[in-house]
Amino acid sequence: MYGWTGKILRVNLTDGTISKEPLPINDAQDFIGARGLGTKIFFDEVDAAVDPLSEENKIIFMTGPLTGTLATSGGRYNVVTKGVLNGTIAASNSGGMFGPELKFAGWDGIIFEGKAPQPVYLWIHNDEVELRPAQELWGKTVFETTDMLKAATDEESKIACIGPAGENLVKFANIMNEYNRAAGRSGVGAVMGSKNLKAVVVRGTKGIKVADPQGFWNAITKARTMLKEHPVTGAGLAAYGTNILVNILNVHGGLPVKNFSEAAIFPHAESISGEHQAEHNLVRNKGCFGCLIGCGRVSNNKGKYKGIGEGPEYEATWAFGADCYVDDFEAISKANFLCNELGQDSISMATTLACAIEMTEKGIIPRSKSPLSWGDADTIIEMVQKTAYREGFGDELAEGSYRLAEKYGHPEYSMSSKKQELPAYDPRGQQGIGLNYATSNRGGCHVRGYMTSPEILGIPVQLDPDATEGKPEMLKIFQDLTALVDSCGLCLFTTFGIGLPEIAEQYRTATGVQITDEDLLKAGERIWNIERLFNLRAGFTKADDTLPERLLKEPMKDGPHKGRVVELDTMLPIYYQIRGWDENGVPTAEKMHDLNLVV
Amino acid sequence: MKITVKLFAYLRQGRFKSMDMEFADGTSIGQVLDNLSIPRQEMQLGILFINGKHAKFDSVLQDGDTLAIFPPVAGG
Repeated sequence: MYGWTGKILRVNLTDGTISKEPLPINDAQDFIGARGLGTKIFFDEVDAAVDPLSEENKIIFMTGPLTGTLATSGGRYNVVTKGVLNGTIAASNSGGMFGPELKFAGWDGIIFEGKAPQPVYLWIHNDEVELRPAQELWGKTVFETTDMLKAATDEESKIACIGPAGENLVKFANIMNEYNRAAGRSGVGAVMGSKNLKAVVVRGTKGIKVADPQGFWNAITKARTMLKEHPVTGAGLAAYGTNILVNILNVHGGLPVKNFSEAAIFPHAESISGEHQAEHNLVRNKGCFGCLIGCGRVSNNKGKYKGIGEGPEYEATWAFGADCYVDDFEAISKANFLCNELGQDSISMATTLACAIEMTEKGIIPRSKSPLSWGDADTIIEMVQKTAYREGFGDELAEGSYRLAEKYGHPEYSMSSKKQELPAYDPRGQQGIGLNYATSNRGGCHVRGYMTSPEILGIPVQLDPDATEGKPEMLKIFQDLTALVDSCGLCLFTTFGIGLPEIAEQYRTATGVQITDEDLLKAGERIWNIERLFNLRAGFTKADDTLPERLLKEPMKDGPHKGRVVELDTMLPIYYQIRGWDENGVPTAEKMHDLNLVV
Repeated sequence: MKITVKLFAYLRQGRFKSMDMEFADGTSIGQVLDNLSIPRQEMQLGILFINGKHAKFDSVLQDGDTLAIFPPVAGG
């Protein structure tokens, strides 16, 4: 076996049995790995109607065939399960070193099923695999847990774990690996918590074989050269990180402010920008396994919120910043550090806070319950902590913005799609990202079809952000290509500098699978469609392919996109048609046949 | 005519963040780049906005415009 290791682990937490199984190679060739293969296995094994927090739900850690190889930024793994936040298929993607280490131990993935009677962690040391008690870890933060598990196993272990948020079933709890890398969205950490699974600890010392070493070397050399010579992947991301987007989106008039309620221009953007971070707080940049881009940030807070940590990235900076109207970069950074330490998604945490603040300011949530107000950073930081432990009003915030807003009779204040909070781009200034939010298989998300790239950044071509023409077509390509990249185990950021031909050549030479570029992209389409089929089985319909009313009916108040709403009704039928779906968004028999999808 | 020029990322080094500048009528973005000694070649993949709308090297500025110039950068 080349690329893949050819083996997966199945861990039954209920009775403690661990079995070693061959990788289903036909499924691996059709669904590649990581996000795609994990979803195929999950689709086949789990009833889509399952309660995400029940024993019957499963949670799958899966790598891709390029994970842990010398491929460009091949450091990713995916966590696939039914998401706690919204009940869609969840495939939460993380970098760092954990995925490669799992491959080095000889495993492509792990399927967890059942529920442990007591807290446990899984210890994998190459072929030796055992469940160990984790009572003394329960209640510990991500950082404490990671330190304790390194001491208990091997200093070189790579550890994916949950923090208090996952244990307390916060709906947007995440899974953290190597302290600060996150499988961030959909509440995958709460699934681990519900199963009493505190951590997965891996030490691997084997290698990964590739089918055609010389061909693979040539392929990665070409791709790495392209990434190094591209100004974005070779220099821009390392120097300023993702946070450079604050000023870009602000100039563009698409940086959402106060829960998307105001014109998308933040007067204090400069003080929370990537330029500010680089000048005042940046210690150094940081890369994941096999990455020459190095977009990660290590930041140092010097004032009131003193401390060193990783991030904040653009999304967290925007969410705690412009969306909550906080103009103090170090306060934002502190809130982000806390999210990492407690194991909760910074996007959903901060945007749920923004939703709560708007509803508090409007008098819908009584002040007796919510102490929050716009720009009150100290209270925001306090509530981040209380959310993870479900203390006081934090217990209500822990349910996410949709359930919170619905509880008080106004679900329209939740800026979410399929109940997952939207990230840092106001779609009234960017029609394609609006269609992406509405059709994303895991709900509000930017990394399922990153239309900001062509609409704002001009990569690979500059599209008019206000136009609807051509957006469904471009979005389909982005969604399918992203599904492929995620499933190979590569980082999405490589696509700023390389394209399908370079990805396909790395895949072919690593795995030995002879497949055309077009058929590989079709695998991405197959993955997109099986995710869609899962959601349809789970009860989602066309009616869920939508956006908050505010974005569809309330025109942008000011700025370059003044007067605009998202023209979803124009784009969605075309999107369905291009996808080969019927008018209700259901893949047609012809499309299923074309994709060789037998379900 | 008066143009507000805003620079971002490393373009600020040795230059400025924001400055009101005088240019002759009919000045294009490319000419502003030349004036600021920002190589056009370096800006092939840069991001240019006039009043928040995407623009190109040959886009002509009008009195009172705000020109924002980003080098090639991205995020997500």
